[in-house]
Amino acid sequence: MAMAKIEAGRRALVARILDGDGTAAREQRRAAFDNAGLTGALATLADKVARHAHRVTDEDIAAARAAGLSEDQIYELVVCAAVGEATRQLDAGLAALAAATDGR
Amino acid sequence: MRLAILDRGHRLGTRILFAIIRAASRHPVLDVIKLVKYRPDFWRAQGITHEAMRGPSAWSVGDRELMAALVARTNGCQWCTAAHSEVAAGAYRDRARVDAVLAELDTAPIEEPLRATLKLLRTLARERTVGADDVRAVLAAGVSRAQIEDALAVAFAFNMTTRLADAFGFTMATPAAFASGAKYLLARGYR
Repeated sequence: MAMAKIEAGRRALVARILDGDGTAAREQRRAAFDNAGLTGALATLADKVARHAHRVTDEDIAAARAAGLSEDQIYELVVCAAVGEATRQLDAGLAALAAATDGR
Repeated sequence: MRLAILDRGHRLGTRILFAIIRAASRHPVLDVIKLVKYRPDFWRAQGITHEAMRGPSAWSVGDRELMAALVARTNGCQWCTAAHSEVAAGAYRDRARVDAVLAELDTAPIEEPLRATLKLLRTLARERTVGADDVRAVLAAGVSRAQIEDALAVAFAFNMTTRLADAFGFTMATPAAFASGAKYLLARGYR
């Protein structure tokens, strides 16, 4: 079953980026993943990555740097924001599929 | 690339690999390769992407690359749209088909099950959610449950990748460099 493999891969990926070692704090990675609970430049960056990543600018990254984040921390938080949004969309798709095929 | 570490922060062995790629392909290393080779233990998504794009599925490789290109287009990611329309065109051996879908999905001359599935992925990427009625329309077009799952897996992979490409500011490659990358992806996949 292909989706079972995808789901297992996703679980491992999410566990790695949220619970594994990183340069950004775990709470910050979780907040970027959820696109909730961040403030200032980081909130702007995570929200743009989730909703319209093509609107991220050099200035958004510069603002994250100015807020004291290292490049590795920015890298991690952007990955968390991207994986978080992709995860929510996959969950929405699978839930809609389950609802549409209920009882079949 | 907006983060210098993604351009120049790789380990020695990886930098040697990049020199080999540059010599063999006679093109600069594509930014996506720099991304996946930077801390590959962190964004460990290549296995997921390979399974979605090359694993067993009723969808052809061309169909799945076309789905990737459409998700990229919907997400506004020019880099991934260019990259994966090239791979889809190669897989289908039909560039006109890919161009037609990206230009106007509703009227492109393609099979209805594929069109219905592409529309579902477009709605998901655009609205960031879908409902049961959206899925029922796809099932009514003759698409199986497993095929919908497979399409959602493609969307998952490219909903990650397109965001990273845009947030990190991938530098557009030349058509020749994308063609070279497409040939590699068709021969070897994503692992």
